[in-house]
Amino acid sequence: MLYAVLCYNNEDITGSWTKEEDDMVMARLATVTDRLDKAGKLGPVARLMPTTAATTLRKGGYGKRLEPGPEPPVVTDGPFAETKEQLLGFYVIECSGLEEALEIVRQLGQANPGGAYEIRPVSLFFPGGKVA
Amino acid sequence: MNDLGWIDLALRSAQPRVMGALMRYFCNLDLAEEAFQEACLAALRKWPGQSPPQDPAAWLILVGRNAAIDTVRRQSKEEPLPPEDALSTPEDTEWSLAQRLDDAQYRDDILRLLFICCHPELPATQQIALALRIVSGLTVKEIARAFLVGEAAMEQRLTRAKARVADANVPFETPDEPERARRLTGVTAVIYLMFNEGYSATGGDALIRAPLCDEAIRLGRLLLRLFPDQPELMGLLALMLLQHARAAARLDGDGAIVLLEDQDRGLWNRSLIDEGRALLDKAIRHRTRGPYQIQAAIAALHSGAKRYGDTDWRQIALLYAALEEIQPSPVVRLNRAVAVSKVNGPDAALAMIEPLAGEISNYFYFFGVKGSLLEQLGRKEEARVAFDRAIALAHTPAEAAHIRMHLDRLANPSPCSERAT
Repeated sequence: MLYAVLCYNNEDITGSWTKEEDDMVMARLATVTDRLDKAGKLGPVARLMPTTAATTLRKGGYGKRLEPGPEPPVVTDGPFAETKEQLLGFYVIECSGLEEALEIVRQLGQANPGGAYEIRPVSLFFPGGKVA
Repeated sequence: MNDLGWIDLALRSAQPRVMGALMRYFCNLDLAEEAFQEACLAALRKWPGQSPPQDPAAWLILVGRNAAIDTVRRQSKEEPLPPEDALSTPEDTEWSLAQRLDDAQYRDDILRLLFICCHPELPATQQIALALRIVSGLTVKEIARAFLVGEAAMEQRLTRAKARVADANVPFETPDEPERARRLTGVTAVIYLMFNEGYSATGGDALIRAPLCDEAIRLGRLLLRLFPDQPELMGLLALMLLQHARAAARLDGDGAIVLLEDQDRGLWNRSLIDEGRALLDKAIRHRTRGPYQIQAAIAALHSGAKRYGDTDWRQIALLYAALEEIQPSPVVRLNRAVAVSKVNGPDAALAMIEPLAGEISNYFYFFGVKGSLLEQLGRKEEARVAFDRAIALAHTPAEAAHIRMHLDRLANPSPCSERAT
């Protein structure tokens, strides 16, 4: 089963890390992800820009047969959810089940404490081409 | 990171919101500060060895509020608050209570707090110092260092500044839209000043003053998060990020200015540039132009050029013309002239700046640009006179050294060009 691991933390705090602190955490995370990668368990990983760079498109309502309704979508600035912690990145990992996913996420949490990971099974997955 | 590391970060990142709320309760800067200190002390006692409270700011607001109410021995008319002990465990009453207390108002709280610090009667440096102390939570020592003065002198300045804003009488009710816009404009101007205080430093000062840039960016992010749909705020943050991205390339080992044309573009911070451009993209979508957005667009064009020779001067000259239209100033005209000199030659540029001579006859940069244009036109003697004048007006040894380099070049000609950083 593929799982998406969504990384939540307080961006005020992670954004205040010095370069040294940031590098330190990234290095610790790399030892976990390298291990996962070697085991063939690591999919795409992304670290997101701060939520100030986010834009949200609120979709219009439904019409007939789940087609778009009359109202057009609305574009707003900022992240979808105003929360105390923000979605800052995500991993896609290959796991036998929730237990293993939790085990891996615990390792990530050891490398980068604070905040929360949301674990979501992935129902449809496109690895995508090279974009960066 | 050890306990004290994360606690310190949590306290600092919570400070704007906590101070803002405490100001609303007590309408008094001293009392609010005292309450905040009490809350921080309580946090330092309670938090080590625990997981942090789910919402550190809410915890601090409640504890600080209780402490201050205690201090003034005032009977609260509000419902009784839970004792401090009850607040120390996560997932308890803290969450809902604090949200009721706070969520609706905290963005206006923070804006009000910043606005009080930016009181127009204070000189700009005091506005900046006060914001750094009250909102950013820098220590007096750190602020003194950034302004290159002694700690005692800074302490005095801050005390005087606080005494002055104590009578500021900024109304505490929720502002209406025009008032909110007015406050935002004042506050963004001071944040940009703060950034420039750090950015324009050179030599050894540059390292010491860099925290001013970091703090300005932090405040810019904070404000934009509170007011996410303001294109000029996006522009301001984009501008600061794009300029800050060049920090590592702007000074050489001796602290001398490295001109844009000579900078090692590999040293530019790509992720700051990407973020700045993303913010500018968002701002442009609103189709309301403003000075920060235009300046950010200019900075983005510079950051987008792989080599100096690739710079899109035509577009930059147009943007400066737009900037001059909404915010005319001799400095903008000078910058525009530099861009125009690249597109239409030094003659055209010189004609643009000559009318400024009366207005800014004491401005270093004016004579620097003028000298350089004359130099390009081969009018050596006049160029020398302009450069001499620029040296006499230079504020820093780095500025003077830069002009001397031009004078040397007049004496020993080599292919030349000129650009401001």
